[in-house]
Amino acid sequence: MVDVRTVAPAPVDARVRRARRRTTRTAWVLRLVAIGYVLALVALPVASVVQHTFADGLGPVWEVLTSDDFLAALRLTAVVAGIATLLNTVFGVGMGVLLVRYRFWGRRFVSAVIDLPVSISPIVVGVALILVYGTYGWFGGALEDAGFRVIFSVPGMVLATVLVSLPLVLREVVPTLEEAGIEQEQAAQSLGASAWQRFWRVTLPTIRWALAYGVALSLARSLGEFGAVRVVSGSVAGESQTLTLYVNDSYQEFGPDAQRQAFAAAFVLMAIAVALIVVIAALRPQEERS
Amino acid sequence: MNQSAGHSGSAEAQSGIVVRGVHRSFGDFVALEDIDLEVKPGGLTALLGPSGGGKSTLLRIIAGLDYPDRGAVEIGGRDATFLPPQRRSVGFVFQHYAAFKHLTTARNVAFGLEIRKRPRAEVHDRVAELLELVHLEQFADRLPSQLSGGQRQRMALARALAVQPEVLLLDEPFGALDAKVRKELRDWLRRLHDEVHVTTLFVTHDQEEALEVADEIVVISQGRIEQVGSPAQLYDHPANEFVMSFLGPVTRLGGVLVRPHDIEVLTDERAGAVQVEVTKLLRVGYEVRAETRAQDGSTPWVQLTRAQVAELDLAEGATVWLRPLVATPFPAGSPRAPEPVPA
Repeated sequence: MVDVRTVAPAPVDARVRRARRRTTRTAWVLRLVAIGYVLALVALPVASVVQHTFADGLGPVWEVLTSDDFLAALRLTAVVAGIATLLNTVFGVGMGVLLVRYRFWGRRFVSAVIDLPVSISPIVVGVALILVYGTYGWFGGALEDAGFRVIFSVPGMVLATVLVSLPLVLREVVPTLEEAGIEQEQAAQSLGASAWQRFWRVTLPTIRWALAYGVALSLARSLGEFGAVRVVSGSVAGESQTLTLYVNDSYQEFGPDAQRQAFAAAFVLMAIAVALIVVIAALRPQEERS
Repeated sequence: MNQSAGHSGSAEAQSGIVVRGVHRSFGDFVALEDIDLEVKPGGLTALLGPSGGGKSTLLRIIAGLDYPDRGAVEIGGRDATFLPPQRRSVGFVFQHYAAFKHLTTARNVAFGLEIRKRPRAEVHDRVAELLELVHLEQFADRLPSQLSGGQRQRMALARALAVQPEVLLLDEPFGALDAKVRKELRDWLRRLHDEVHVTTLFVTHDQEEALEVADEIVVISQGRIEQVGSPAQLYDHPANEFVMSFLGPVTRLGGVLVRPHDIEVLTDERAGAVQVEVTKLLRVGYEVRAETRAQDGSTPWVQLTRAQVAELDLAEGATVWLRPLVATPFPAGSPRAPEPVPA
């Protein structure tokens, strides 16, 4: 103790040190509670899925992952989530520019309505879609006569997925557009840039990180969508079954094979989600820096 | 430099700006009331006035960033009233720089040239030339976030000049900078304009800036032009009390508006002098402000040097006589007749 004092250049008063100390006992307790809560809620279930998946080694898992039904579900999920995310990206950027740059009648109403589909239960979204596009719905009959099937088909699943992730890109893009203001675009305009050139050369680069973040969020949400897609898909194995439906249907079947299928597919969904979270986490600091 | 920078020298005809009957209102608020203005080609003109007086609105209308309710704008002899900004050949510099944050200094300056699809080599040479002109050659690869405010504004100026606009418009260009940098950039803008004789119109609310930099000053207040003239004309022969008080310090002596440095302090009574009592002597840097009280209750103040104070042996509580040194251009209820203003 005496040694420490002689080494320290200017001893600081104990009261000062206590006041400066940032980690109090309360902070330690709060940290433990937070960590315990996250462990119980997230880490344990995730770990148990991993454990069940690989309980019998890699062989059976590989068998599931190369089965026709699983591959069909994976492909369908990729198609549905891909198209939905693409649509939401175009919609999100276009609508974002519209909402931020222009003042028009009904602007706030439109902005509120866009948030509606994510606020109501996905099941309700699915049912509502059937009421509109189903065989006996408002447009369904007419569309089917024209040879275009929406419900129990890919378009319906895309539509359901688009709805449940509708504002995710938009809500990321809007604050960035608002913060950037309109002066950069006006400067580009006075330098001779047309509307299209201003969008590609100024607006899009300005929102790129927010956009990437929104796309990653939207993709994660689309891949994981279950309720609305369940209602409108019919969930026929190999045909209209996405990965989440595949997990659900397998899990509800009896027998160890079906269980294994469910866990393997659940593991794949989780792995994709983790990959997306890593991407999102990597994008966050970029966004804050720019 | 002016030839290499590619701007119209004396050989080419330069473009002026003509504003005719421009009117702009926002709801009940009239921002510009039938403005007529001619900005002479090749000059450096200041639009000076208090905030909310309409000067920025006028500049934005000339740039095409806003459109008048009625009236016309001509740039370089062509009607530009309804042309979109990208077809006006106007360089615009914003108060807050409007730098393209995702592009380096060089790419910012190159923007207008890239839009015009100029050959890569030409763009490269011209950007290098402009960066040298604004003394940013060693910052070519920096992002705007790595530049200081003054550097960003110089970059914005180079960017606007790159496309060889017929006129250059600056909206409070130094308003966001601290006092020292502002003063430096002022001198620099003056020198730059001597090199690149592009018709320049800049908005400012700082009379010192306008007096120091501009060839010609347009005083705008409440949507109207109060006076147009050279800095000396405006300072010495203001058209009205507003212009006089906006361009420099004023005080009221015997009912007449005078500049506090144009007052003679006398220790004895003479014709035309007003008797006052010195209430306070305030040192401000190199000057001394003498606040006084006259018998009619008015409180004129005088701007003096320390030497003058010592010579007069001035002290608080002393009684002195004040007399304007120069004739006031307008009477404002004064008993003295105004002398005719020399042309």
